[in-house]
Amino acid sequence: MVNKSSWFAPKEVPYICIENVTKRFGGFVAVDNVSLEIHRGELFSLLGPSGCGKTTLLRMLAGLETPSEGRILVDGQDTTNIPPYDRPVNMMFQSYALFPHMTVEKNVAFGLRQDNMPPHDIDARAKEMLELVQLMNFAKRKPAQLSGGQRQRVALARSLAKYPKLLLLDEPLAALDKKLREQTQFELMNIQEKTGVTFIVVTHDQEEAMTLSTRIAVMNDGVIRQVGTPSEVYEFPNTRYVADFVGSINLFEGDVTDSPDTEHVTIRSEEVAVEFKLDAFVELPIGAKVAVAIRPEKIAISKDKPEQEENICRGKVDEIAYQGSLSIYQVELPGGKLVRVTAPNLTRTAERPIDWDEEVWLCWGRHAGVVLSD
Amino acid sequence: MVNKTSFLPTLTLLFGFAFLYAPIVILIIFSFNAGKLVSVWAGFSTQWYGELLHNEQILRAAWVSIKIAVVNATIATILGTLGAYGLSRFGAFKGRTLFTGMMTAPLVMPDVITGLATLLLFVGIGWTRGMSTITIAHITFSLAFVAVIVRARVSALDQSLEEAAMDLGARPVKTFIVITIPMLAPALVAGWLLAFTLSLDDLVIASFVAGPGASTLPMVVFSKVRLGVSPEINALGTLIVLLVALCIAVAAWIFHRQEQERLRDQQAAERG
Repeated sequence: MVNKSSWFAPKEVPYICIENVTKRFGGFVAVDNVSLEIHRGELFSLLGPSGCGKTTLLRMLAGLETPSEGRILVDGQDTTNIPPYDRPVNMMFQSYALFPHMTVEKNVAFGLRQDNMPPHDIDARAKEMLELVQLMNFAKRKPAQLSGGQRQRVALARSLAKYPKLLLLDEPLAALDKKLREQTQFELMNIQEKTGVTFIVVTHDQEEAMTLSTRIAVMNDGVIRQVGTPSEVYEFPNTRYVADFVGSINLFEGDVTDSPDTEHVTIRSEEVAVEFKLDAFVELPIGAKVAVAIRPEKIAISKDKPEQEENICRGKVDEIAYQGSLSIYQVELPGGKLVRVTAPNLTRTAERPIDWDEEVWLCWGRHAGVVLSD
Repeated sequence: MVNKTSFLPTLTLLFGFAFLYAPIVILIIFSFNAGKLVSVWAGFSTQWYGELLHNEQILRAAWVSIKIAVVNATIATILGTLGAYGLSRFGAFKGRTLFTGMMTAPLVMPDVITGLATLLLFVGIGWTRGMSTITIAHITFSLAFVAVIVRARVSALDQSLEEAAMDLGARPVKTFIVITIPMLAPALVAGWLLAFTLSLDDLVIASFVAGPGASTLPMVVFSKVRLGVSPEINALGTLIVLLVALCIAVAAWIFHRQEQERLRDQQAAERG
């Protein structure tokens, strides 16, 4: 196992420092004053929709673009103006960019040959890399003779062969189908742990980012919205944007009606005519406009009235999506607002415990919601 | 579906073939004519082929033409490739649109203008006319054709291949040699062959810029034909047709093999 403490220890010197980096293409700002600190051995994800600047940031780390402003340090060395071929950084491209006229073996050895390594060492290292990705029997094949998953592994082996200080992965799993993607996620994590190389992954898939990463940076419009561990980003989103982008969430607009101390708050939402009593850290005056964000799985759904007195409301089932392990219910509240609730299917039954158009009760705990003031 | 009552499609097909190939067929038939008159059949003979092989003037002209065509094709391919690569990869530099236009202008420029203009240049700078002037004039127009072919291929090329090579430590020049050129190879071969053919085939420009002692094959053929078509020329024409047909057959065979290989690769990939 990787020692996870390093990125929880702010005192340790970060391995990769991105300092106030801005990238402009003509008048368009692709990356806007981004600063990040990434520790050695992390598997860090840049998560965001397409066009959010995450790939541009990755390309600046690789040296394929030069920042308009700011600098990038890798292991204490300023790499901002070092060309890509002199950097201790390698990249795995979204298209894999395997050289079609070379065999798998030659592809993996390409980087090593540029360093004028003795041929014997090159062969040994290429073999070691092919073993790591379990492609020993495919060494003599051309990329065209491989399946998508195998090509992905060749690309990974090739980019890891030179012992990079930092490996950049641009949408590493996007070209694979769903089943293979899940399997490859674990392989990727395994290889990262075995080699100990620091990974930065660009992805638009929040599930992938959550599964893989030690920490995630959520990006939008060239700006980093939030940095945190997968659970921090999921359970404690800091803005409506992050709450909405990472997973699905129910947002209720309301006003603060009571806040006796910094850990207790009451919010009245006119939209759904419900009062939220939450234990959330807020320092907001009474009357402040806020949003309460509650994840679908944090809301309980039942036909009978729950015993609790607070954080409760009635609704009518509008839609049910049965997904095997769990069901997603879309419940219409009296005001017309639709709320999404997920519940695990705990008992084995062909009948629906809750049916369409049924009157149900929704309730949640004091820790279920996040208060967003942005 | 076969429609027996309709003979119109067959007729149009025959007409089309006749339109395209009848002149060539007649040329081939008359190259085996025993008589000296081109338009009167006087029995089968291969004597004109024998005489062709002893005609010093034609052989010398053919050799001049081939030398010019090879040098022209090689230099035009190098320059055309560099130009095409620069235009599509080095971003929008000042004057790029103008340069793109100027580079492809020779494609539509009448040969007479190109020939006259280059002649005026050579006379102006006092360059002795001969093989070198024909070669230079040919390069100026054939590199435009190479550039067009190569540019199409460069824009279809996945730029991340070159980026990956650089990311793995190859400097730009090395990347160009070990990655870009192999990727462009089909376009380079096509461009070279086209430049070779254009040069071999050109009469107008060569006539303008040729000097004494440097006559290309088309020039000799043309001057001979003005004195009456000799059956020797028919024999020469037949040989050229044969050569071209052979080239096309070889190209088709290579293409067919590549296609089969691609299909095999695909199956291998699916088997895993």
